[in-house]
Amino acid sequence: MSDMMTGAEDILGLATSWATGGERVAIATVVETWGSSPRPAGSQMAVSEAGRMAGSVSGGCIEGAVADAAKAVMESGAPQLLSFGVTNERAWEVGLACGGKVSVFVERLG
Amino acid sequence: MTPTLLAALTAARAAKKPVVLATRLDDGTQALLAEDGTHGASLPEALVHQALAALADDESRTVEHEGVRWFLHAHNPPQRLVIVGAVHVAQALVPMALPLGFGITVIDPRRAFATADRFPGVTVSSDWPDEAMDALGPDRRTAIVTLTHDPKLDDPALDRALKSDAYYIGALGSRKTHAARLARLTALGHGPASLARIRGPVGLAIEATTAPEIALSILAEIVAVRRGAALVAQVAGAAA
Repeated sequence: MSDMMTGAEDILGLATSWATGGERVAIATVVETWGSSPRPAGSQMAVSEAGRMAGSVSGGCIEGAVADAAKAVMESGAPQLLSFGVTNERAWEVGLACGGKVSVFVERLG
Repeated sequence: MTPTLLAALTAARAAKKPVVLATRLDDGTQALLAEDGTHGASLPEALVHQALAALADDESRTVEHEGVRWFLHAHNPPQRLVIVGAVHVAQALVPMALPLGFGITVIDPRRAFATADRFPGVTVSSDWPDEAMDALGPDRRTAIVTLTHDPKLDDPALDRALKSDAYYIGALGSRKTHAARLARLTALGHGPASLARIRGPVGLAIEATTAPEIALSILAEIVAVRRGAALVAQVAGAAA
């Protein structure tokens, strides 16, 4: 992590330090939101090969699914664009309970 | 992200240079727009303009260009917080402000106060406040708080603050102290509209008493101003 961001939420810096340490790392970025999604565009979550996670792309609703996609992305190197909508309470699907929609871009770092 | 682009992005952020990472969302093509030109893929002129607008608005966003969606991730340097007075409240303020993402400078010419061990991890200047402020060049992404209670130190800092584009100017002190301060700054040539930019007594009115509580009220007010929250917009409107 760079000195300038000491203490701050620098997910990209943290992910970069993981990658520099030799781990495969994927980074997920909120690229578009609709309605009441909790995290603005630009919010990031990092996932490492060893299972380290930092940051968030929602209020905790979709991080599990994004981490799964991140594992696939760090294997293949091919980025993915994920979309999540409103949760249907009667189905066990992943979504946003708040009623928002969000697009998340997942890419391998470095 | 390729290692080359990641290295360029990391270098720009470390050097506190504004950059935009543009990502074509249908295939992952990326370009980094920096002051010294574009790294990676070439960007259409229209997207360069939109990327610069995203930087100016300090807001990352997805835009459409010729039927293709691009995400423009604006990486601006950290917002700055300038604290005048290396006092007890400043010691409470600094560790609370760091996680909010501020690049912090503490100014106090009294060398006994302005020591690195009282303020680990931030820039400490023992120059006179006016000289230190001139060197810093506060801009519209800078917040300034004066905490010394000493007109010799606070006044020159506030004078420079009012001549800058700083989005937040706060001055610690009671209503009585603040009224006297405004009279002195008026004598220095600042008009009512200019003086209305100073938030004094500083901080949201939460009956803060201890140093950490005062720090909390100041930071809450800075965030509220930065985000255009209704509670402070109203105050600014009434004062203007």
